[in-house]
Amino acid sequence: MNKGALSKGFIYTLLIAGSLLMLLPFLWMISTSLKPANEVMMLPPKWIPSEILWENYREAWNIAPFGRYLLNSIIVTVLSTVGELITTILAAYAFSRIQFYGRDILFSFLLGTMMVPGEVLLIPNFVTLSNLGWIDHYEALIIPWIASIFAIFLLRQYFLSIPKELTYAAKIDGCSDFRFLWSIMVPLAKPALITIALLKAIGSWNAFLWPLIVTNSKDMRTLPVGLTSFSTEAGTIYELLMAGSTMIILPMIILYLFLQKYIIEGISRSGIKG
Amino acid sequence: MQVKLIDVTMKFNDVVAVYNLNITIESGKLVSLLGPSGCGKSTTLFLLAGLYKPNNGSIIFGDKKVNEIEPENREIGMVFQNYALYPHMSVLKNIMFPLNMQKVPKKEAEKRAKEMADLVRIGHLLARKPGQLSGGQQQRVAIARALVKQPKLLLLDEPLSNLDARLRLEMREEIRRIQQEVGITTIFVTHDQEEAMSISDQVLLLNDGQIQQYNHPQYLYNHPINIFVAKFMGNPPINILETMVDKEAKKLILTSNEQQMMIPNKLNIQTIQDEKIYLGIRPEELFITSLDEGALQGKITYVETIGRDTLIRAAIGDEPLRVIIPPDTKIKIGDLVGFGMKEDRIHIFDSTGRNISQQLT
Ligand SMILES: Nc1ncnc2c1ncn2[C@@H]1O[C@H](COP(=O)(O)OP(=O)(O)OP(=O)(O)O)[C@@H](O)[C@H]1O
Ligand SMILES: [Mg+2]
Repeated sequence: MNKGALSKGFIYTLLIAGSLLMLLPFLWMISTSLKPANEVMMLPPKWIPSEILWENYREAWNIAPFGRYLLNSIIVTVLSTVGELITTILAAYAFSRIQFYGRDILFSFLLGTMMVPGEVLLIPNFVTLSNLGWIDHYEALIIPWIASIFAIFLLRQYFLSIPKELTYAAKIDGCSDFRFLWSIMVPLAKPALITIALLKAIGSWNAFLWPLIVTNSKDMRTLPVGLTSFSTEAGTIYELLMAGSTMIILPMIILYLFLQKYIIEGISRSGIKG
Repeated sequence: MQVKLIDVTMKFNDVVAVYNLNITIESGKLVSLLGPSGCGKSTTLFLLAGLYKPNNGSIIFGDKKVNEIEPENREIGMVFQNYALYPHMSVLKNIMFPLNMQKVPKKEAEKRAKEMADLVRIGHLLARKPGQLSGGQQQRVAIARALVKQPKLLLLDEPLSNLDARLRLEMREEIRRIQQEVGITTIFVTHDQEEAMSISDQVLLLNDGQIQQYNHPQYLYNHPINIFVAKFMGNPPINILETMVDKEAKKLILTSNEQQMMIPNKLNIQTIQDEKIYLGIRPEELFITSLDEGALQGKITYVETIGRDTLIRAAIGDEPLRVIIPPDTKIKIGDLVGFGMKEDRIHIFDSTGRNISQQLT
């Protein structure tokens, strides 16, 4: 065997070991979600339940108004993702293509805000929102999250890599700034935009702390907050918690499988002869 | 459409990219903007396009001053050095884009785009994306896109620089063909003098943002206004010899090795004011003679036959000299020979580099 194949074999072994390690908690979650209650804490751990209990899923679904939570999660995730895409596209365009006074200082300032830890903002944000009367409303779940400096930075870098000549060509062709942004920059930046949207959707879908703080009524809770229903004074019902968790992460996994080809595709094509 | 630049100056912070440009480009002509890298060619083109606004001066299209008119209203088409095709759109969509912006009805836009594609001979590639085309094909698409809205002025920024040698030859003839077929006033940027010589009606030679000379390409070659123009036009480049004028002995003395030279007959030596002048002699205007007949003596250092010409290099002392001779001449490296020159073809430049040949005869 030659050296190339040997090192390739080594790399693949390492990668497979790595991905198995990453998968382990998920497999454990699925296995637990199908177990009878008495096998959950068993030592030594049992990977294959003695009896596969699909009812755990039905039971988990019925323990709390998960239908409502699901609806809330979908509303919050979709709106904050769309909102973030809109603010990001507009801001990134301004910071990369429009010359205005103080642009670069403003941008450095925005980047600087990324250094403020999120936890520090929790209380001021809460106070602001309660003054606005938004606590326990969708606004509180969505509006603080529709702008992300990181996303703006990412997209701005992508926009900067699109040659200036395209802007000039479009200008000569009589294309307005806005039209140029939507019909040329945005399609070209599709891979970056999908990455941004996916990161946002996952973050928003999984968000726990913030929805917990700003919602009081059951009607406004989202799925991750809903999972607290499985913890009672008597203890946590693990098999149901795991069944609930499995159901919650499923949509994200499906979304990822759908979109990953877009993320990988396309970064290489710029259509410009160097 | 006639294009006029009057006193146009463009600065980027401290850099003066174009200084006090005054030219008139006649309607329907193809004019090359020629010059070394960084001399302000692209800047001039961008000024004409309206993508840059001049710090000073006026740009006039026809009889209208366009300084304040935005690019989209200037009725221009432009081809960029990297073509700047829209990568996610098909060839047809790319060519139709300017028409869509003008809100031309879709059917008509498609028809005109297809006609234009046929003119530049890419009618069979309409469904492809730019990434699936060769450099030459991309360039044709870019030209079609620039021409489809029937502009009055076509601007081309080094459109051939990404192509290989053969395709360049082919495409420059194509550009000339298309330009003449459409009859559009065209400005063509290049840093290749041969390219400029071969396709243009007029050449504008720039250096450091300033006009050096603006005339027919052959005129620039035959009557360069200064040493810069003389050196820039022609390949292999012209020989420039620095000489001291000895009025009493009626001789020119090569500065580098004190070799004496007969004064060319046409020179009226008394009218020369400078002590030092430069002689410019093109390689094809030198010939080999016997040692004592030549105006110069030198040793052959290099012989190279390219096609129908033989190019030799000789050393006059340590001053190099390039000469083109007929291929059947019998010489070899190391020979000591005399060089004669066609006297009426010599250029004489004063110590500042200005061509003073006219004044001396
Ligand atoms: N946007 C800009 N900002 C600052 N300086 C610039 C800018 N564009 C051009 N310059 C400067 O202006 C001068 C002329 O540049 P220009 O691009 O017109 O040269 P060019 O003749 O097109 O050269 P090349 O053959 O390399 O394309 C150069 O010194 C260049 O550095
Ligand atoms: Mg240039």
